[in-house]
Amino acid sequence: MTALLEIRDLKAEIAGKQILNGYDLTVKAGEVHAIMGPNGSGKSTLSYVLSGRPGYKITEGQALLAGADLSQMSVDERAAAGLFLAFQYPLEVPGVATMTFLRAALNAQRKKRGEEEMSSPDLIKRVKELAKILDMDMEMLRRPVNVGFSGGEKKRAETLQMMLLEPKLCILDETDSGLDIDALKVVSNGVNQLRSKDRGIVVITHYQRLLDYITPDVVHVQSAGRIVRTGGKELALELEETGYARYQSEAA
Amino acid sequence: MAAVQETVEQVRRVGADQYKYGFVTDIESDLAPKGLSEEIVRFISAKKNEPEWMLEWRLEAYRRWLTMTEPKWARVDYPAIDYQDLYYYAAPKSKAGPKSLDEVDPELLRTYEKLGIPLHEREILAGVERPEGEERPRVAVDAVFDSVSVATTFKEELKKVGVIFCPISEALREHPELVRKYLGTVVPASDNYFATLNSAVFSDGSFVYIPPGVRCPMELSTYFRINEKNTGQFERTLIIADKGSYVSYLEGCTAPKRDENQLHAAVVELVTLDDAEIKYSTVQNWYPGDENGKGGIYNFVTKRGDCRGANSKISWTQVETGSAITWKYPSCVLRGDNSRGEFYSIAISNGRQQVDSGTKMIHLGKGTSSRIISKGISAGHSSNAYRGLVSAHRKAEGARNFTNCDSLLIGDACSAHTIPYIEAKNPSCVFEHEATTSKISEDVLFYCMQRGLSQEDATALVVNGFVRDVLQQLPMEFAVEAQKLISVSLEGSVG
Repeated sequence: MTALLEIRDLKAEIAGKQILNGYDLTVKAGEVHAIMGPNGSGKSTLSYVLSGRPGYKITEGQALLAGADLSQMSVDERAAAGLFLAFQYPLEVPGVATMTFLRAALNAQRKKRGEEEMSSPDLIKRVKELAKILDMDMEMLRRPVNVGFSGGEKKRAETLQMMLLEPKLCILDETDSGLDIDALKVVSNGVNQLRSKDRGIVVITHYQRLLDYITPDVVHVQSAGRIVRTGGKELALELEETGYARYQSEAA
Repeated sequence: MAAVQETVEQVRRVGADQYKYGFVTDIESDLAPKGLSEEIVRFISAKKNEPEWMLEWRLEAYRRWLTMTEPKWARVDYPAIDYQDLYYYAAPKSKAGPKSLDEVDPELLRTYEKLGIPLHEREILAGVERPEGEERPRVAVDAVFDSVSVATTFKEELKKVGVIFCPISEALREHPELVRKYLGTVVPASDNYFATLNSAVFSDGSFVYIPPGVRCPMELSTYFRINEKNTGQFERTLIIADKGSYVSYLEGCTAPKRDENQLHAAVVELVTLDDAEIKYSTVQNWYPGDENGKGGIYNFVTKRGDCRGANSKISWTQVETGSAITWKYPSCVLRGDNSRGEFYSIAISNGRQQVDSGTKMIHLGKGTSSRIISKGISAGHSSNAYRGLVSAHRKAEGARNFTNCDSLLIGDACSAHTIPYIEAKNPSCVFEHEATTSKISEDVLFYCMQRGLSQEDATALVVNGFVRDVLQQLPMEFAVEAQKLISVSLEGSVG
């Protein structure tokens, strides 16, 4: 069976500087992987390379989503193929109501996949259900995308988008940053509802804290642009004890 | 466009032969030579059976125009216009536009398709001429502009409440006292080069009078105006809202209209008396020219409103996406105490378009207030300037203005300029000015695209968000069309 995400010896650079140095990672459908590592180890870079952010260039190796070469796809094609990135710092889109944004995104993806657009009543019904799970006020969805949202609200909105779009592969980039404990529980609950045998989830985090709520199947330690150690969920606890210092020296 | 479609059908049912305003046919058989002279001015006036005073007014304007020089201060650049090489009256058919859609700029046709314009209307908009006698859709739409259906339905309803809405040439015959009382009182015949030219040779336009205390029962649209062909070039509009009345007037159309006349110099005059209000909305989407800017319309228009009465209000809302050159400053003279002026503008330039547009708010009366919201979007190789004046006269005690000018740049070959003038001669006035210029954020586009939107859809979404404050000022149906138009206008501006 083809892995959902297959990264082989991936090298990538930004502005001529190599950040990923021979990255290997395989995520199968149904699995939750955590990628942990010190600041500056290239965790966010991985998420941007996979999602196709302009400026991030693959120089060697491959990244395949369900067998398809990501480097051959535009950003929106990757999204329509089922890759979702929950941003560490979600962007504001002034003047565009969140609901309008959700409708535009969902229907753009559906159209690209040759599916029917979702009708407005169905969309509103679905969004209401999700907002309830995430403890969000519908009033928030009438406001422009992320404008004036608190850190917690932004992450909830991000999770709501992810749940609505039902991607195949979710990449969560430091979703726990800027969240208080209550918001962390709510967001984790949303993510856990997305766990399914058809879906892969990659959780990028600096702290073990998030993994108390989203239990990973596999934990990786990333340092200096590649994975240096892989283990089970107990690895995260070990890191909490020992810190990243030894990995930083290992990589160097 | 749906409304036009409906009207076309209605007119078909009525039968084009019942069409009784035969004025257009007369014009088409008349050939006025190229060039401008006293003779031509006399010819135009005579053709329209105008009263003697009107002819004198035109001639005076013409003589004045001869002494004037074309203004050069705007940030626009175009080859010199040879005013003796233009037709000033009903351009003869022989020199008319393309013979079929095959001869029309394919980009223009693609735009019609995107905007969902019915096929038979595309020919009319593109100015396609068909041989005499051939059955063609133009008859129906000529009939729309001469509008049998308006005569039978809307006109009746307006008449009931005493609203006058007719071509200005008809108003000159039917209501000469009203026209004479107000024409040129807001934009004098000597106002500026282009307005003076218009005063001498204006072809036709709309006349609206709303009697005291009347709230006009419908939005008045140029679509439903009895009008003849080729009025676009030197259009003259005069709208008077008498005491305590209200009218909302819509001008233009989202479809890019091709015209064989490259130079357009319109004049619009609005007058509000005590407690009256005029809301004037424009969507301008004239042919911007091909990708090198060839063949586009030059739009030099003078629009001004006079809040003559106390507590009166004039509000301009414009969506400008067309024309090769736009030179346009819809303004308000706030004469009446506590009167209010508003200007909401979206100006989009792409390709080789040049826009120099803005407003003037002249505060004369006590307690007058004004608000300016201008959103400029430049893409491609275009240039987009906001030029505005806010001034307060010595007697304008307590005048207030709020101005917000935002410019958005798409790509790195375009430019945006903000040129505000502020003159306050009364110490009690409060003028606020906010301005921003920003480039469309790559990060925001990436965010939108990560959610599945294509680059063009993401750009359109961001731009629509940017102009939302102004779109909200447009009447509902117009706003929906304008939103679609904005997306289409920006196509090819990214990537």
